[in-house]
Amino acid sequence: MLEIKNLKASVNNRDILKGLNITIKPGELHAIMGPNGSGKSTLANVLSGKNGYEISGEIKYQGKDLIEISVDERAQKGIFLAFQYPIEIPGVNTNNFLKTVLNKVRKARGEQEIDTLSFLKIVKERLSELGIDEKMLSRQLNVGFSGGEKKKNEILQMKILDPNLSILDETDSGLDIDALKIIANGVNSSRDKKKSFLVITHYQRLLNYINPDFVHVLSDGKIIKSGCMELAEELEKTGYKKIN
Amino acid sequence: MKTQKDIDTNPEYKYGFSTDIENIRAPKGLNEDTIKFISNIKKEPKWMLEWRLKAFNRLQSLKEPNWQKPKYPKINYQDLYYYSAPKSASGKPKSLDEVDPKLIETYKKLGIPLQEQKKLSGIAVDAVFDSVSVATTFKEELTKKGIIFCPISEAIIKHPDLVKKYLGSVIPISDHYFATLNSAVFTDGSFVYIPPNTRCPMELSTYFRINASETGQFERTLIIADKGSYVSYLEGCTAPMRDENQLHAANVELIALDDAEIKYSTVQNWYPGDKDGVGGIYNFVTKRGACRGKNSKISWTQVETGSAITWKYPSCILQGDNSVGEFYSIAITNNHQKADTGTKMIHLGKNTKSKIISKGISAGYADNTYRGLVDINRKALNSRNYTQCDSLLIGNKCGAHTVPYIKNKNSSSTVEHEATTSKINEEQLFYCNQRGLNQEEAVSLIINGFCKEVLQQLPMEFAVEAQKLVGISLEGSVG
Repeated sequence: MLEIKNLKASVNNRDILKGLNITIKPGELHAIMGPNGSGKSTLANVLSGKNGYEISGEIKYQGKDLIEISVDERAQKGIFLAFQYPIEIPGVNTNNFLKTVLNKVRKARGEQEIDTLSFLKIVKERLSELGIDEKMLSRQLNVGFSGGEKKKNEILQMKILDPNLSILDETDSGLDIDALKIIANGVNSSRDKKKSFLVITHYQRLLNYINPDFVHVLSDGKIIKSGCMELAEELEKTGYKKIN
Repeated sequence: MKTQKDIDTNPEYKYGFSTDIENIRAPKGLNEDTIKFISNIKKEPKWMLEWRLKAFNRLQSLKEPNWQKPKYPKINYQDLYYYSAPKSASGKPKSLDEVDPKLIETYKKLGIPLQEQKKLSGIAVDAVFDSVSVATTFKEELTKKGIIFCPISEAIIKHPDLVKKYLGSVIPISDHYFATLNSAVFTDGSFVYIPPNTRCPMELSTYFRINASETGQFERTLIIADKGSYVSYLEGCTAPMRDENQLHAANVELIALDDAEIKYSTVQNWYPGDKDGVGGIYNFVTKRGACRGKNSKISWTQVETGSAITWKYPSCILQGDNSVGEFYSIAITNNHQKADTGTKMIHLGKNTKSKIISKGISAGYADNTYRGLVDINRKALNSRNYTQCDSLLIGNKCGAHTVPYIKNKNSSSTVEHEATTSKINEEQLFYCNQRGLNQEEAVSLIINGFCKEVLQQLPMEFAVEAQKLVGISLEGSVG
């Protein structure tokens, strides 16, 4: 699914990623943990194609080079980023936004556009699966949403767009235990042999619910240690400083 | 990433074609003969010609205003045609079947079907081509309710009492240079009269088309809503792509009597000029409504996306007690377009209310000014105004300005003014891109959100068109 080799990224001549390697196969869920400033969010941004980074190295997605491809094309090809800080877009109705982006992605996949009624049916199913209040649909996109509501909306979008590779950028930060379970539930119910996940987090908390196949420690722009769930547990006990 | 080529290939202005049709023109130049020519060809009664000549005399002592932000090269008024009409329309076709097929075809291309069998459902259309109205649909249905909807040139002949009573009663012939010029040489436009206690059963709309070159269009529209009546009216405008700047100087007067309501919407899409600012329409328009009766209401909604220069302030004179004035505006300027637009709310009656929502968007090298006056008279006790002006900038070569004038002359009234200026947010664009929308779709979505409060004021049939137009106007503005 995703193959990253010797990835380096810098902003304004400041090196952030310094030779990162990671391979994610279809069906796998990888967790990346790391202290503040280790480059976690940069990795998420670079994978989604955000402007403003000097990049070298190789990123292959489904066997094809990704670096030259634009943000929207990557999204259409099934790369989804659940944002750490989802932005507010005033005046844009959440339901309309979801329908617009779903149709855009469906079109790219060669599927037919979905009509309003069938769309509503899908959204309502997903909402009830996730235990999210329907009222969210009639509100303006992320406007006045609480932190938890914004993150839930990200997971709702992930469920609706049904991507191949989902990148969750600290989606668990600042959530109460109920919201955390909704996020975990959203991820778990999406997992299958074909879907891959890259879950970026500070804490072991979320990982307890989603059971990653691999855990990597990112420090100073490099993966310094990889392992299984035990690594996350160890980190929780000893902190990042002891890992070297 | 988008390549430069993608960004540069702006879709052409969709309405930029011109119709090759034989015209009857008045000789070039602004003089008494031209005015007599217009009056004569329209078979106007004597009082109308006298009215025009009075305005023309007044014009001699007026100077072109020069206080506006967008400056323009001096207009040579003697080098313009003041009347141009398709030869085939000169004898006034009696029914739609008699309208020149070339004209029918033109309106079809513009998306305005005029043929009986294809008429827009629920919307009556008056089609004005250069200086004449070429067709009006649904006339009979409206007549049954006592509603008059016809070209103003026809109303002058058939309904002289109404025209005499109300024409110039909101915009006096001596008002200012362009309004006076219009009073002297106006050619066509729509006339609407809604009888007492009648709710107009359909949207009324006029579609203005400039076709001939070197010609000014001097539209005149007069709408009267008698006691307890309601009407919703919409105008649309387009013009061919030309290197010259063409003048459109309209006067629009609205009169609402006791308990009457007029909703007036404009989707202005005159040719804006090319990317380097060559050509385009000068849209210098005087629009004014009088809430003459108690509890009356006038609501202006405008979506201004076209024209090289837009210079207009649709206003409300709130004379009747408890009357309400509203102004909802979207002004989009791209490339080298300029706009200086806003409103005037003159509170004269007691308990009068006004609301102003203005959304200005600038991109490219464009310059966009909101200018508005709220004037609450000493006797307009317990009056209220709320103003909200939001400006959005795209790129770093454009400008946005807000110039509010507020006069509150009594202590029982309140005025609120809120203004914001922001740039289009990169993070919002990234968010939309990450969900699969390309740059243009993302801009269109965000701008439509920004304009939502205004767009939702438009009649349903036009809201969708307007949303698309908002997107198209800004294509290529974000690199």
